[in-house]
Amino acid sequence: MYKVKVFVTLRESVLDPQGTAVKSSLHSMNYKEVDDVRIGKYMELTIEKSDRDIDVIVKEMCERLLANVVIEDYRYEIEEAVSK
Amino acid sequence: MKFAVIVFPGSNCDADMYHAIKDELGADVEYVWHTEESLESFDGILLPGGFSYGDYLRSGAIARFSNVMKEVIKAAEAGKPVLGVCNGFQILLEAGLLPGAMRRNNSLKFICRPVELKVENSQTMFSSEYQQGEVITVPIAHGEGNYYCDEETLAELKENNQIVFTYNGMNPNGSLENIAGITNKKGNVLGMMPHPERAVDELLGSADGLRLFQSIVKNWREAHVVNA
Repeated sequence: MYKVKVFVTLRESVLDPQGTAVKSSLHSMNYKEVDDVRIGKYMELTIEKSDRDIDVIVKEMCERLLANVVIEDYRYEIEEAVSK
Repeated sequence: MKFAVIVFPGSNCDADMYHAIKDELGADVEYVWHTEESLESFDGILLPGGFSYGDYLRSGAIARFSNVMKEVIKAAEAGKPVLGVCNGFQILLEAGLLPGAMRRNNSLKFICRPVELKVENSQTMFSSEYQQGEVITVPIAHGEGNYYCDEETLAELKENNQIVFTYNGMNPNGSLENIAGITNKKGNVLGMMPHPERAVDELLGSADGLRLFQSIVKNWREAHVVNA
């Protein structure tokens, strides 16, 4: 079994209205140090081992469904889960 | 001419669309559930607004993989008119039938009110009953209508006259270049955030949306009916 963590955020070039609102809120709370806030999604997938390459299928899932690559970037981490 | 109103779990403007076609336009129309395998008997495909699959993940992202979408893509490729309104537009974007993507409204608010639209291209099968540059009133109702595409795509949209409607005066959601509705390159797939099906009778505040449906029927008849 694999445990896959997928992180999806809006692309740098795309304005993030939620991030902008949170940033101005943090500023008003006197955290002037905050330069930028990007809000994204975090997904955890548990995937069974198969004859398909895990890296290939996770990338495919990101490109096809989990992220919209027109406006979003993604990255993922694959961990091998220890079976009980 | 026979229309299909595609119904997904979470569609909520399907009845409005059906009413506009049947009672106001006076054409044949049927609801088609998202599990259906064929759209062959239909001449025009309508994807209504709503929150298909609860807008989970992204608006339209899950509906795009439903069974019937394979047939919608086939119909689009065959040159049949395909109209996606609001969530229907979002589904067409996710399906790649139209370029670009939707972001949250820049105000982060769900906006539901009538807006003014400018007809930027009256030479399409969806807009030929309007005057070029005419300003019409049609309601919007969305939280994610902030249209985005990259510069290259925008240049292409302009070059091919694919921008059909823009917001006139005030941009309600932050969309690029005030874009409210675009077609594909071929001109037979239109996606728009405003709801023409909610503007088909003066009793509803505006009948400006009706001419969009009349355009589809008129152009279809000219192409398909002898002695039209």
